[in-house]
Amino acid sequence: MKKVLWQVLALMLVASILLAACGTPATEEVATSTPAAFPYPAGGALEEALKGAYNGKTVTVDGAFEGNDPDGVKFAESVKAFEEATGITVNYIGNKEFEATISVRVDAGDAPDIVDFPQPGKAAQFVASGNIVPVSEYLSDEWLTQQYNQSWRDMVTFDGAEMGIFHRFNGKSLVWYPKKAWDEAGYPIPETWEELIALNDQIVADGDTPWCIGIESGAATGWAATDWTEEMMLRTTSLENYDAWVAGDLAFDSPEVKKAVESWSAMWFNDAYVFGGRSSIVTTFFGDSPTPMFDADGPKCWMHKQGNFITGFFPEGTVAGEDYGFFYFPPVDPAFGKPFLVAGDSMYMFNDRPEVRALMEYFTVPESASGWLQGGGALAAHQTVTPDMYGVELEKGIAELVAQATSFRFDGSDLMPGEVGAGSFWEHISSYVAGSEDLDTAMQAIDATWPK
Amino acid sequence: MSGQKRQKQFGKFLVNLTLLILVLLWTVPTVGIFVSSFRNRDKIDTSGWWMIFPHREWQPVRELDPKALGLDPNSVMTIEGVSGTFEEFRAGIETPDGKRLTWIGNKRIGKLEVQAQVWAVDWDFSLDNYRQVLGGQDFEFKRPDGSVEVVPGDNMVNAFLNSLAVAIPSTVIPILIAAFGAYAFAWMKFPGRRAMFILVVALLVVPLQIALVPILRDYKALNLNGTYLAIWLAHTGFGLALATYLLYNYISGLPRDILESAFIDGASHFTVFTTLVLPLSVPALASFAIFQFLWVWNDYLVALIFLGGNPEFELVTQRMAAIVGSRGQDWHLLTAGAFVSMLLPLIVFFSLQRFFVRGLLAGSVKG
Amino acid sequence: MLEAFRNNVMWIIFGSTFSVLFGLLIAVLADRSSFEKLAKSLIFLPMAISFVGASIIWNFIYEYRPEGQTQIGLLNSIVASFGGVPQAWPQWVAVAPWNNLFLIVIVVWLQAGFAMVLFSAALKGIPEELMEAGRMDGANEFQVFFGIMLPYIRGTVISVWTTIVIFTLKIFDVVWVMTGGQFGTHVIATQFYRQSFTNRNSGFGSAIAIVLLVAVIPVMIYNLKQFREQEAFS
Repeated sequence: MKKVLWQVLALMLVASILLAACGTPATEEVATSTPAAFPYPAGGALEEALKGAYNGKTVTVDGAFEGNDPDGVKFAESVKAFEEATGITVNYIGNKEFEATISVRVDAGDAPDIVDFPQPGKAAQFVASGNIVPVSEYLSDEWLTQQYNQSWRDMVTFDGAEMGIFHRFNGKSLVWYPKKAWDEAGYPIPETWEELIALNDQIVADGDTPWCIGIESGAATGWAATDWTEEMMLRTTSLENYDAWVAGDLAFDSPEVKKAVESWSAMWFNDAYVFGGRSSIVTTFFGDSPTPMFDADGPKCWMHKQGNFITGFFPEGTVAGEDYGFFYFPPVDPAFGKPFLVAGDSMYMFNDRPEVRALMEYFTVPESASGWLQGGGALAAHQTVTPDMYGVELEKGIAELVAQATSFRFDGSDLMPGEVGAGSFWEHISSYVAGSEDLDTAMQAIDATWPK
Repeated sequence: MSGQKRQKQFGKFLVNLTLLILVLLWTVPTVGIFVSSFRNRDKIDTSGWWMIFPHREWQPVRELDPKALGLDPNSVMTIEGVSGTFEEFRAGIETPDGKRLTWIGNKRIGKLEVQAQVWAVDWDFSLDNYRQVLGGQDFEFKRPDGSVEVVPGDNMVNAFLNSLAVAIPSTVIPILIAAFGAYAFAWMKFPGRRAMFILVVALLVVPLQIALVPILRDYKALNLNGTYLAIWLAHTGFGLALATYLLYNYISGLPRDILESAFIDGASHFTVFTTLVLPLSVPALASFAIFQFLWVWNDYLVALIFLGGNPEFELVTQRMAAIVGSRGQDWHLLTAGAFVSMLLPLIVFFSLQRFFVRGLLAGSVKG
Repeated sequence: MLEAFRNNVMWIIFGSTFSVLFGLLIAVLADRSSFEKLAKSLIFLPMAISFVGASIIWNFIYEYRPEGQTQIGLLNSIVASFGGVPQAWPQWVAVAPWNNLFLIVIVVWLQAGFAMVLFSAALKGIPEELMEAGRMDGANEFQVFFGIMLPYIRGTVISVWTTIVIFTLKIFDVVWVMTGGQFGTHVIATQFYRQSFTNRNSGFGSAIAIVLLVAVIPVMIYNLKQFREQEAFS
């Protein structure tokens, strides 16, 4: 009886939805493209799926973006080829409170099939509680070696077991500048640290502030400062020290880490270098901070260091290559080469079913990130990606920069345990920038929260 | 006598003035974003919304090229009868004839503007922000073959209908249950009455986040997850303690003598409840209904958990989260979006408002 | 965690007191004013706004631009026009813990309407004869208010106060959306959310629930006293 009631209600809803849809002229695209071909490992679930073995099944994917925000649309676009070729429906259920809802779902025994973690450090919690199926159970080593550079596989390996697969990433070691005014003023692109400092002083002498910096981001305030810390760690000390720091073996209170923090804070805390001065850094929303570069009365500040997603926050109508350009954040000490900092999303399987395996296999090919490659915003983590897959010049240019780097490392705070990397690190680095804690206090406070 | 009258009038004036100030204080924040939601992005970003009122503004009259004038920005410069340093010119220097000289840009690529002060109102309003919020955002994908495909954004109609389907039953069910419960606590003798009342008050304080995991586990076992029933029950549970508590306070405050006379006439509890208590409690029921409706309408987390897994059940709050999250402080979308999400609650509020007017309660009690 | 407790105490004291006081003041004034309906509608209006909406509205009021820029936030614009230094008010750590007040203002703004509506309904329940009798005896308006009206609506005041105290005890959304607990604004519920979900430290959740239950005991006792006075029909 009750069921009938629900059905009636659902029918009424469907009817009204249909009515609403009829009101506007249908703008459905004409299906002209044949199902895109993509490579797949032989003998796996995906091969079966392509024969239609799991037609009509559904796979749910959870993640940290809303299904209808830009990333959500790009995700839907990316899995379209998979859905068309296999008949499997991919159901995306992610949201902005992902960090909480994923814990609730898993604890309640209602885990989604696949989770897109923006931070491997968060996945570590679920690896520890045994919720994730290891990759070795459904993908061969040869296939993974063929698809990925070893570094990417290392970043999703926890205590020796490979638990996830990398999907897409963002380049972070990039400095953005207002190209039109920059060219007009005749400023050079700095390639070494000395040149960067000289440029800073030149811009100050010309009456402006060189840097646009803002780290406000609601509950996540401070993450932009953790990026700078990681950049300077890579530029002022060895990769071994960086890895040890990320793993928790090198304390925040060590001279190496403190030196890295001091190398950026020397620039940040110089009021002549930062638009609005030190006091405005903590209170300026990170997405708003580059806006003064595009001021109608000429740039108020000239450089902004951030990952390539920041272009989504630039004023509407600004064009890559015309209104803005980017260059590689210069190295400090040639001894440490040209390191590149990246961050990105990796996929983890929570429920082991053949159709879920098929989707996981699909994520190991660059075609599975096509929405981002063609719509902009991220790069494919697969080494099999070719330049012609990028529809956006900007991403292609960044991909080239990444290829020139002598080493690359993943965003350290994203790899650290959540308590630190998405908690105390943000909090105390913000306090340090705000001036309410000195460096020693802040660093010791972060060390104290590292889980034993 | 006339002195007393004047005093009374003065009192009335004072009351009205104080209230007016309070009302203004309460309204200005909302007016600010309401006005802003009709201004375009650049305007919001470069000037305060109060610029819609007439004000004096500096506007450029002509431009001067400092290089052509042979000015050295690193020393004191003299132009058109005024002199100052680069910093002073950047802030603007007023000339004796009421004009202002302002340096735009930096020393390298700057120019000088001669500005005059004029009266201005900024009345450039449009519906573009609303169009963008309601119609969704279009996305462009550039195919490897060079073609560009535009994926249109979906509109908000579905989200509105879904939110209604969640909010209405989630408001009605707890009120029905709570009204019975509140009456029982107030006017009926039964064993465990006090203990249960303590429980209700204690439950008020438990943050609902604590209950998410166990309830989801139960729903999973009952196979209820992702249905409307699941979220109705969840909201009923979360709202019931407060509803019972508020309604109890109201119903227990009803005059004892009218209930007593009904009982003397031989009425049953049910009759008293339906014919006397319920009509008398309309203001309290209405105010709680608004309270609960708003809470459910604006809820994001509970819906995510219990309706999750069903993307077709997208709610207005989820649409809002997508707007807020994807482009940060995009004031033109945020302000319009905030108003879109407020629309229905405002309608509900204004339609229930008449239950609060004077006379309804007092009249029936006296009668 | 101590910081969270301190902030919650601030929330309870300032949040509930100001909400109740403003609600009562407005209800009484509106009752005697010439534009009661309009005033009540406008004051209650913020109740129709979600926490996300309210945070947008107040972020817009507090919007901060570095000194010397055009301020588009109302508060900073006023401050700057008087020659003051603009601040990002809720994030203003230099005045901690008082920066919490900038968040509390938001809840007062939201809740005063709720208090007002209930007080207003209660005030209208006071028999006119009772107040007239008081006035006949020569009591002025203040004496009528404190001597007749306030005692008459005591029950409502207590229930509204209790509701808001409990609400502020659980306060979460406003803090979460505005500052995420940074800048010394953590409260018990945001700490709980972070510990039990972000850090998956579930023992913490249960501990918090117990703490909240203990914290509410005085409120419960007070309510029970009220409850006992109420005599039921058999």
